[in-house]
Amino acid sequence: MKEKHTIRMKVVNTVGVMARITGLISQRGYNIDNIIASPSEDPNIYTVHLVLTETEEKIEQISKQLNKLVDVIKVTDISHNKNYIVREFIMVKISSNKNRSDLLQLIELFEAKMLDLAAHYLVVSMTGSPRKIRRFLEAVHPFGIMELDRSGEFAVKDV
Amino acid sequence: MKGSDIILEALKKEGVSTIFGYPGGVVIPLFDALYHDRELRVILNRHEQAAVHAADGFARSTGKVGVALVTSGPGATNTITGIATAKLDSVPIVVISGQVKNDFIGTDGFQEVDMSGLTRPVCKHSYLVSDIRDLGRVFKEAFYIAQSGRPGPVSIDIPTDVITASMRNYQYPDKVELPGYKPTIAGNPRQIKKLAHEIQNAEKPLFYTGGGIVASGAEKELLEIVELTNIPFVSTLMGLGSAPADHPLFLGMPGMHGRYAANHAMMQCDLLIAVGARFDDRVTGDISRFAPNALIAHIDIDPAEIGKNVHTEIPVVGDAKHVLSSLKLLLKHRESNGWCKAVLKWKEETPLAYRQKENEVSAPQYVIESISRLADEDAVIATDVGQHQMFAALYYKHRKPRSFLSSGGLGTMGFGLPAAMGAAVANPEKQIIAICGDGGFQMNIQELTTCALNNIPVKAAVLNNEYLGMVRQWQDIFWNKHYSKVCLRQRSDCPPNCKGPNSQCPEKYFPDFVKVAEANGVKGLRAETKEQVESVLKESFAHPGPVVMEFLVRKEENVYPMVPAGKAIDEILMGDERVLI
Ligand SMILES: Cc1cc2nc3c(=O)[nH]c(=O)nc-3n(C[C@H](O)[C@H](O)[C@H](O)COP(=O)(O)OP(=O)(O)OC[C@H]3O[C@@H](n4cnc5c(N)ncnc54)[C@H](O)[C@@H]3O)c2cc1C
Ligand SMILES: Cc1ncc(C[n+]2csc(CCOP(=O)(O)OP(=O)(O)O)c2C)c(N)n1
Repeated sequence: MKEKHTIRMKVVNTVGVMARITGLISQRGYNIDNIIASPSEDPNIYTVHLVLTETEEKIEQISKQLNKLVDVIKVTDISHNKNYIVREFIMVKISSNKNRSDLLQLIELFEAKMLDLAAHYLVVSMTGSPRKIRRFLEAVHPFGIMELDRSGEFAVKDV
Repeated sequence: MKGSDIILEALKKEGVSTIFGYPGGVVIPLFDALYHDRELRVILNRHEQAAVHAADGFARSTGKVGVALVTSGPGATNTITGIATAKLDSVPIVVISGQVKNDFIGTDGFQEVDMSGLTRPVCKHSYLVSDIRDLGRVFKEAFYIAQSGRPGPVSIDIPTDVITASMRNYQYPDKVELPGYKPTIAGNPRQIKKLAHEIQNAEKPLFYTGGGIVASGAEKELLEIVELTNIPFVSTLMGLGSAPADHPLFLGMPGMHGRYAANHAMMQCDLLIAVGARFDDRVTGDISRFAPNALIAHIDIDPAEIGKNVHTEIPVVGDAKHVLSSLKLLLKHRESNGWCKAVLKWKEETPLAYRQKENEVSAPQYVIESISRLADEDAVIATDVGQHQMFAALYYKHRKPRSFLSSGGLGTMGFGLPAAMGAAVANPEKQIIAICGDGGFQMNIQELTTCALNNIPVKAAVLNNEYLGMVRQWQDIFWNKHYSKVCLRQRSDCPPNCKGPNSQCPEKYFPDFVKVAEANGVKGLRAETKEQVESVLKESFAHPGPVVMEFLVRKEENVYPMVPAGKAIDEILMGDERVLI
């Protein structure tokens, strides 16, 4: 069964390391849902978060292949791992033409942050677990999502 | 120290003695340093692809890293087939290419191509060295990566201004620091114990060995284990030579052109122990029906190979030699059981066979058998790709590891001659024989000159069937003899729907290989009938220099056994078009 998996990697910050990672994944015929790379506490080491929708076996194979890249230090599939705190950041522009007060209530309930409030729409940002983000987007969907930008998921180990 | 001097010193420190190369604008400064150097031998190939195959043949025949050196742009792109060939067969080579100046990178400068980008999917690792201060470290790492763990090709791309730059206080590093690269050598003791237990208890165990045995140098450990336990074994194309072909427990090569006993043993065993073999589709056939009753154990240095194609119950990540030595300590003698006797009987009952009449054109199999009979004990064979390759796999009596060099994974036509050349340069004391088809031989035929001028005494056997035989065979069996563009005698005025040799065929075959040989300064010999085969071989082997031996062989001979693509490997065509199950 295909499922969303979040893979977290520690990589050496070399020229072309991202090209190697994305190249390897497309070369093996997989699609990337999202990917983020950013410096870690050590400026020579980057953390890469990669989300793929694939079967367990394929994820295992792709993790092993990624691990083989000389610049990749560690690969962990954190999807079902309770030891990680996972967050995503989103910014969303929502139409406020109908039931504006209901919408405002939802935003408060989810503790989303109002960034702009215009006549026909509003812009909010939110940080949350993948589940909270999903629930929020489901809830505001009926109002009309005009634009959505997501950071993609990233995580930190909590043990 | 200058960049070029750093490079030459690095090569020498890594034990390199020979470079296969081709110059061009951006690498002139490096060739200038080589001009003054008296230690490194540089062989000028006639095509960069051949230079890389030669480095590859050098590496396959010795286990040492082979080195090729080329210019930017077209020089670099010409190496790609060679690099991919080495990648798929896990061969350690380092390919050094020049690049345009740092300032010109990204401007579509003259002869600029993104070499590290081009090579990324076909090499183990690639470098672009934009700063002279990284040069020493990169060479140290490249040689380490190429030959450690699962070996493979590494590309080093160097802008010309880095080659001409200078730096002070340079020292070649004496170790590498690669936090992301730590091959596992010793296997997990728990898994090895589990495997030993299964081996002791299995009714129908089988060893499936491959190129990893050769890469690891584990042939002795393998033989000790099979002899101790009386477990029969098969070897992939890439593992041939890791055991003598006439070993009593050896069932031969499995797979698409594998032996009957080997394929049936794979299908019927209850414990399949793969060692340094990667369950390639040429070996497994229809994977969903492969080895249905077997518990699968897999010893491989590359964790990504384990569980890639088949479900594996006992994974052992580690070096074959290491793991087999540990395994052996846990094993006890096993008597030859009913299973072992049965599979050896299958082997005895299904010998290879072919037709050969006297005073007629030879069968290709006869040529291979004759080479096998007359070649030195430690001769090295390099094949091209096609029917002759499979005949060489099946009919040559493999005796020693690193003595059968063949492009298995990529199946690169044009590999045979340059690979033999590399092997000949690496092993001047040995007899080196290239076995090629008339199609593939023409793909790097220009290297005959290189052989002649550099006294590289390759004996090239060309099995001339006047066809791209392997493709013709498929058209013959599966495409109703639609011989589309496989006839090498065909001319523009031939009838379009030809189904084989007939009285209307054009009289002349081109090229005349004997004349080509002579034009290149190489001795040329031809055997037109079976009777001439032996004398041509003897004359050739007695000649000190390179020779082209053209053997006219039966035109429409097919390679059997054969398992049609997509079938289970016990659904074998044995040659009389009868399916034996
Ligand atoms: C026309 C044609 C027909 C072919 N037909 C057949 C056929 O019928 N039968 C057949 O067998 N092949 C055939 N081949 C070859 C086939 O395509 C594959 O190349 C071959 O089967 C792969 O061999 P292998 O499994 O030994 O793996 P290799 O490609 O040799 O790989 C070696 C394996 O060993 C591992 N390894 C490397 N070093 C070590 C170490 N130190 N310790 C442990 N493990 C290590 C590697 O990780 C890898 O998994 C054919 C090729 C062609 C071109
Ligand atoms: C570079 C390349 N092109 C095409 C092929 C496809 N191919 C595989 S075998 C073969 C025929 C080889 O013919 P020949 O060299 O005459 O050898 P034979 O099969 O007749 O022994 C071809 C075209 C290939 N393997 N490599």
